[in-house]
Order: sequence, then structure tokens, then C-alpha cells
Amino acid sequence: MHNKSVAELSRELESGKISSVELTREFLDRIKAEDGQYNSFITVTEDQAMADAKAADEQRAAGKASVWTGVPFAHKDIFCTNGVATTAGSKMLANFVPPYDATVTANFRTAGAVCLGKTNMDEFAMGSSNESSFFGPVTNPWGLSSGDKRVPGGSSGGSAAAIAARLVPAATATDTGGSIRQPAALCGITGLKPTYGRVSRYGMIAFASSLDQGGTMARTAEDNALMLNVMAGFDPKDSTCVDRAVPDYTATLNEPLKGLRVGLPKEYFSDQLSPAMEQQVRNAVKEYEKLGATVTEVSLPHAKLAIAAYYVIAPAEASANLSRFDGVRYGYRCEDPKDLNDLYTRTRAEGFGGEVKRRILVGTYALSAGYFDAYYLKAQKVRRLIQQDFINAFKDVDVLMSPVTPSPAFVQGEKTSDPVTMYLEDVFTIAVNLAGVPAMSVPAGFVDGLPVGLQIIGNYFEEARLLNTAHQFQQVTDWHQKLPQ
Amino acid sequence: MQWDIVIGLEIHVQLATKTKIFSGSSTAFGAEPNTQASAVDLAMPGTLPVPNEQAFRYAVMFGLAVNAEIGRRSVFDRKNYFYPDLPKGYQTTQLDHPIIGPGFVDIDLADGSSKRVRIHHAHLEEDAGKSLHEDFHGMTGIDLNRAGTPLIEVVTEPDMNSAEEAVAFARKLHSLVTSLGICDGDMSQGSLRFDVNISLKPKGSEELGTRTETKNLNSFRFMEQAIAHEVERQMDILEDGGRVIQETRLYNGERNESRSMRSKEEANDYRYFPCPDLLPVVIDDAFIQSARDLLPELPDERKARFREQYGLNNYDARLLSEDASMAAFFEETASHGKDAKLAANWVLGEFSARLNAEDKTVTQAPITGAQLGQLVARIADNTVSSSGAKKVFEALWKGDGDNADAIIEARGLKQVSDTGALEQMVDEVLAGMPDQVAQYQRETDPKKQKKMLGGFMGPLMKASKGQGNPKLFNEILLKKLNN
Repeated sequence: MHNKSVAELSRELESGKISSVELTREFLDRIKAEDGQYNSFITVTEDQAMADAKAADEQRAAGKASVWTGVPFAHKDIFCTNGVATTAGSKMLANFVPPYDATVTANFRTAGAVCLGKTNMDEFAMGSSNESSFFGPVTNPWGLSSGDKRVPGGSSGGSAAAIAARLVPAATATDTGGSIRQPAALCGITGLKPTYGRVSRYGMIAFASSLDQGGTMARTAEDNALMLNVMAGFDPKDSTCVDRAVPDYTATLNEPLKGLRVGLPKEYFSDQLSPAMEQQVRNAVKEYEKLGATVTEVSLPHAKLAIAAYYVIAPAEASANLSRFDGVRYGYRCEDPKDLNDLYTRTRAEGFGGEVKRRILVGTYALSAGYFDAYYLKAQKVRRLIQQDFINAFKDVDVLMSPVTPSPAFVQGEKTSDPVTMYLEDVFTIAVNLAGVPAMSVPAGFVDGLPVGLQIIGNYFEEARLLNTAHQFQQVTDWHQKLPQ
Repeated sequence: MQWDIVIGLEIHVQLATKTKIFSGSSTAFGAEPNTQASAVDLAMPGTLPVPNEQAFRYAVMFGLAVNAEIGRRSVFDRKNYFYPDLPKGYQTTQLDHPIIGPGFVDIDLADGSSKRVRIHHAHLEEDAGKSLHEDFHGMTGIDLNRAGTPLIEVVTEPDMNSAEEAVAFARKLHSLVTSLGICDGDMSQGSLRFDVNISLKPKGSEELGTRTETKNLNSFRFMEQAIAHEVERQMDILEDGGRVIQETRLYNGERNESRSMRSKEEANDYRYFPCPDLLPVVIDDAFIQSARDLLPELPDERKARFREQYGLNNYDARLLSEDASMAAFFEETASHGKDAKLAANWVLGEFSARLNAEDKTVTQAPITGAQLGQLVARIADNTVSSSGAKKVFEALWKGDGDNADAIIEARGLKQVSDTGALEQMVDEVLAGMPDQVAQYQRETDPKKQKKMLGGFMGPLMKASKGQGNPKLFNEILLKKLNN
């Protein structure tokens, strides 16, 4: 059963071939047996999951089941779960148990899904390799046969690895600069970062508020659609959430792609991309031509400025967002503080890891008197130019296609000593967050036995078109069905 | 050397919304610590602010009342600093795009002149919690009930030149926000907090001197004292050839002294930037109109009406119109009192004196405007003399009876105004005092005559058991004696 998709499992439950209790037991056993080598979970909520599964079976027996009733899944440990530890991958919150649910968490609860636990992640979602987690690095299920332990990508590396390893069929994730798409690509699964404002951020621990967006991860586009059906929608608790009707994202999955206008941003097929990776992406585009799409080259002229602008704006917002972790009200507090200043400095020095401190320092510097105009304001101007690039591009095409990453999953430890090399991992994904448009990562081949992702970028609120585009590709390819060796 | 005093004010006005500016928690004062602090107020991870529409409406009402431009696109910024009673590590406030732009307030001065004080701007922000340094054995307790209470911070231009002007402005502002109903005005609970910026410059000089900011002024009296104290301090420094340091000072009203809190060099770099959790709030014409529709009569309008409707002079009209509850009390008194000027005299005289003596506000007074009005009516129709009325007032205040008529009746304070009866008494008294009558009638100096008249009043009041109307007695006496 563990190789089946959410859609398939839902049908199995509905037909009565299996109960949620049996299904949940199977996945929990797999986590117990297998996760030692991946470290994809921070917390496994076995008792709660079994109780929820039992309740789901009763619900179904009473004829009150939804698609999700009794289906196992997991939450990235950035979504607050009432009564269950929520750590954001940090020592700072290792002891934090929220007394409230994130809106996303509450939505899955209402849908009747069975949460197996909380997945590992880069500390406060800052990272592209899942090596900055206080709870240890996550290992990519792919490439283990070569003897190297590879990164799953980040920051949603735990969710991606768990899905790739068939420990869970679906998991929530978040994307601030590529944190859904990059790990999805590196782990050979399908992920969607919705339009900024499509999914509530309430109860999702903030990294960079104007860029953070909750999204979906599963093996198939169809499962991503089923997840988004649960997650999308207006939330009065989030002022940046958009009040706009939510379509049934599964309803248009089977629309034919004939006449789809695909744009290839020339800036994303640059020297940074390895030739072998480029070949896989171009092969995928050819599949789309076979499905009736027309392909043209387009330009995002300010794309090269995206990383620089992002690494001003995101740390600036983070420097303020993370000020609340001060040892006063919850979370980590240093032992025996001498005075208030000692409480602050030692709590934060001991509670945050290196990458988080680096970004707090960068952000604090960028906002300081005398530097604000040159860094923060300039970066905001660049951000508007990047938004305009996308608006212009979507006047002529329906979707943009590109690689997700410059190269496949790298070996753990390879990039940790040089943060800039690590930041370049997101060179093709970051502009999407600055513009706020939705984008997906879809499995599209292999290089050296490692998965390659195709990025599909859509216009604002065109998640349904993205899912349709990805789903049709998955009807004629089987990259998303491959199992790690 | 002669000095010009230059004063500007910053005023924090707590808005009387039921819930906080960015969360649904109650703002009521005095609850057990931390019982009115939600996950949002505690800045729990992942929580987000949602703006309170009523706070915006109140702010716009204030803007309209001070003749200000309303900011059509209101932006919130984060002001970053660490303090235990600031849960998020930043205060959500407004820097470049405040909700209220330039405006002005006219103040009345003791010499009868008036002065215009310009408002630079006013912005919306959240209050911090409270740090409690006592009762925790060397540790500090944090109460976050107040955290997130909506404030508007009003910043004036440095347009005031004396403590009198600054206090007049402060009183006017207090009067405005309480009349608008957007603030309860209770300074002792911190509902209205004044910071005073003071500098001195050589008389007539164009260039402003270095200013200090004095905080923690929780009454008008302390504000007046603190200004006098700071002006003197700066004058001493300057006249000794020294330089005033730009700093924030804390005033202690009990001891009438101040100390430095922090200098400009020690000031934080607040690293303001637009809050990404809150989108800019667009204030449209319809919203402004909805705020305008809620505007009650403002003190200036009320003063003009009091002069017109009740025939009061400017001074009385101002005193009665400044405070909304005082104005309402007066109007209730006047409506029952038949004689508005007499009502004004009693409200500003006996009633106000009694409030001051007992340190009470109008709303805490033990009598109502209607009760006082009924008494005023009895004075106006000569039922009771003014000295008798004071006894009635005393009884009402103490709760010995709840209406003037009953007290007058019970205590026999009713004046005899029956002319026939009074005339008879005058005849009897005069008949018993033939020498004095003859002496009066021989006298040619009207002044001496007037004095001698008093000699008949004592026996007359005695004859009437104190109930004769003195005015009528006087009239009758004159008539009889001059025959």
C-alpha cells in the first residue's frame, strides 16, 4: 500500500479493502524501520495517529468521509500543531508545544487526514540542504547505493525525503526561496508553491513574511491538487491572505494541453546549468510539444539580480521575525542568566544555529541607519522590476518552464563551508518568491542516477493550470513513479 | 539674559476600543496579570496581526476633530528593540505614512487670548506590556494585558512657549479625546500620557536650542511643575555657560525632580521597516464619512453654543464646555434649573469647589445634574434663599434626602415671599423700634442710611424665623421708611 498515491489510498479506503488503522499502522511501521537512515521526522505522533485513524474509520463507517478521511500524511515541523511539539528545526523551540493549530493544520484536521508526525527541516527554514537542522541532517533516499550520503535539499527536506522513501504519501511544506521546489526536485517528487496569499500563513512559523508560502508535496500532481483543495482559501487570521474563490483543483487536471503556450526564460538556461541537467529539462519540454504545446524563448531581464535582492529582503524580515525568541515567554532559555542582557545574549547565542545567526546579522545590518537605503530600499526596487518581468512574460505565454536546480543532489557537507555556493542552489527558484507567482517542481528524468526537476511557473492564482500541466506530463511519463534504490 | 521657552508635546492616547489593535483580546484595565493576552499578544510563533477597524475609525475621528489631513494610505512599520514587555521584539507603529497628517488645535489662554498649536502628525501604534519590578524578590514580572492596546501618538509642532500654554493644550486635547469618546482620559491609569520636549533660546533668536524630552507626566499639575523644573534646570546650565545635553529625562512628581534616562548617544537604532504582515490600509471617502457621522459636538462648538443658548460669558462657557461630562452635567442642571446663568454659577461654584475638595471627577459626584437643577429652580423662584440653598446642597451631597423640595420642606428652609405677611412683620418690627426709625429718617447720607437698614434686617429675620425673603424685606422696608 505504501507505494500508492493519496488518490489511490483514498479509493482503497472507500472500497473497504483496507482500514485507516491498518494503513496508518503500515506507514508508522515503515517510519520505525526505515527512518533511522533518513532522519526525515523530528516527531512521530504514533498514539495520536492511531487514535485519529480509528476515528476516521468510524467516520467513514458512518458515511461521512471526505477524500482525505483516514489518509496518512505529515506536517513540516514549521506548522503549529496544538499539543504537539513544533520546533522549526531549532534548539530554540525544541521544547515548544503550541496551544493552537496553524490554519493549515486545522484544515487537515477538519478534512479527517491522519497526521503521522512532524518532518525535519532546515532551522527556521533557512537552508537548501537540510543540514542546518538542530535535529541533524536529513539524508536523501536517492544515491545511497553509490555509498555517498546526499542532501535532500531544503528547507523542506524532511517532507521530501519521507515521501521519496515511501514513509508517507504526502506532506505539507513551505517555500520562501525554493524550499518546496528544490527538495522536491532533488528527491524526485512533485511539489507546488502556491501564489503568495493563496494559503494562510497563520500558525506557520515565519522566516520572511513577504516571501513565505505554505504548499504541497506528494508524488503526483493529482495528490498535490488534493492537498491544495484542503489548504487554499481565505483566512481572517492572516491579513496577507487573499479573499478569492478556491476552485476544485482536481476538476481541470485532465484538460488537454493543446495550444498551451510555454515560455523558456533564456536567463534560466545559463552557464550555471550543467549540460546533462539542461538535456533532461529540454527533453521534458519536447514531451510538452508532443502534447500540443507551443514553445518560445522569453526573457526575465532582471533574473540575475534576484539572489542579491532576496538575500537582503529575506534576512531583513527574518531579523525582526526572530526577535521574539528572547527566552522570556517560551522556548529555550539559557541557564542562570546574570541579568537581562545576559538572558538575551546567551539565550540567542546558544539557541540559534550558525546559519540563522548569519541571516539575523545580515538582516540587522541591511536595516541599520545609514545602510537602509542602499540595501533594503534598493532590494525592494529590484523586487518590483522582477515582478514586472513576470507580468510581462505572462502577456505572451501561459507557463514558464525551466530547471529547478543547477545540478542534482550533492553530497552532505560539500557546500556547508561556503554559504554563497549554497545560496546559488536557489538561483532558478528565488525570483518566483520575489514576484509571488505560483510554481511547481515535477520529476523529469535523471542525471547520474539522481532525480532532475522541471520547474513550471504560472501566472498569479493559476495553480489549477500548473497542476493540469504537471498532471498531463505525468500521464505520459513515469519519472515520478521511480523508486530510490 | 532673557530666554524664550520652546515646547512641543508628544501625547500617547489609548483608544477606548473593546479589543486590541491586532488581536481579539479585551483591553479592559485592571484584570489579573496576563489574563488578557492571547497567543498573538504573547507573540507566539506563527501568530499574525489582524487590524482592528474600530481603532482606525477612532483615529480618523481624532484627525477630523483636529482639522487634519487623513492619510489615505496608512502603512505600518516595525520599530525594533528588545525589551521584556515588548513580546515581538518590535513595536508595530507608523513612520512615513501615518493615518493623520498636519492639523491644528486652538487653545484659550488666561488673558482671554487664544493661540493656534499645530499638530505635526498622529499615528496608530500598539502599546507595550508592563514590567513589574516589585514583589518578585529581585526579579521582574511581566504583565502583557496592556500589550497591543491601540494608541494614537500625537506629535505637535514646537508651538508652545510656556507651561501655561502647554497645560492649556494638554487640557484641550484631553477634552477633545474624551468628548469624542475615543479615550477614557484617565491619566492615572495611563490612558493619556504626555511627553514634553523643552528647549531654551536667547530671546528673539531664530535658532532653536538643544531640547530634552521629559517623560512620565501623569497629571496636569505634574506637567506644569515638570516644565517649570526643566526650564529652570536648563536656564541654570545655560547661564553658567554650559550646554544642554539632548536626552530623555524622567520626572518624579512626588519629589519634583528629574533624572536622565538616556542620552541621544545611547538611543537605539530602531531599524524601522514596513511590516510585511500588514498590507497598507487604504482609507477611502466612505470610511472617512462613517467617522464623520460619529463625531459628537466638539468642545469649541459646544462653547459657542453655550454662549448663544445660555447667554454665558466666554470664560464660563469655556470652563463648562471643555469636559464632556462637565458639559453634560451643566446642561442637565440648566434644563431643570430655569435660570441658566444661575445654574452655571452653581456648577462652577459650589459644585466644582466640592469636587476639587474631595478630589472627585464629575462622574464620581454623588449628586445628579437634575438634583442640582431642581435646587437652582427653587433659588430662581425665591423658594429658598442662597444661604438656605447651601444647606440644601450640603444635604443632597451627603445623601440626606434626594430632592431639593423635600429637603427644603423637611428643614423648614422655605422662604416666606408672601408680601402681605412680610409687610405685617415689617410693620410690627418698625413699631417696636421707633427711635431707630426716627434716626433713619433724619439721616441724609444714603451710605449711612444703607448701613442702618441692616439694623432692621436682624430683627426681621428673627421675626420670620429666618424664612423671610431678604430681598422682599428690603423692598418693603425701603418703601415704609421712605414714606
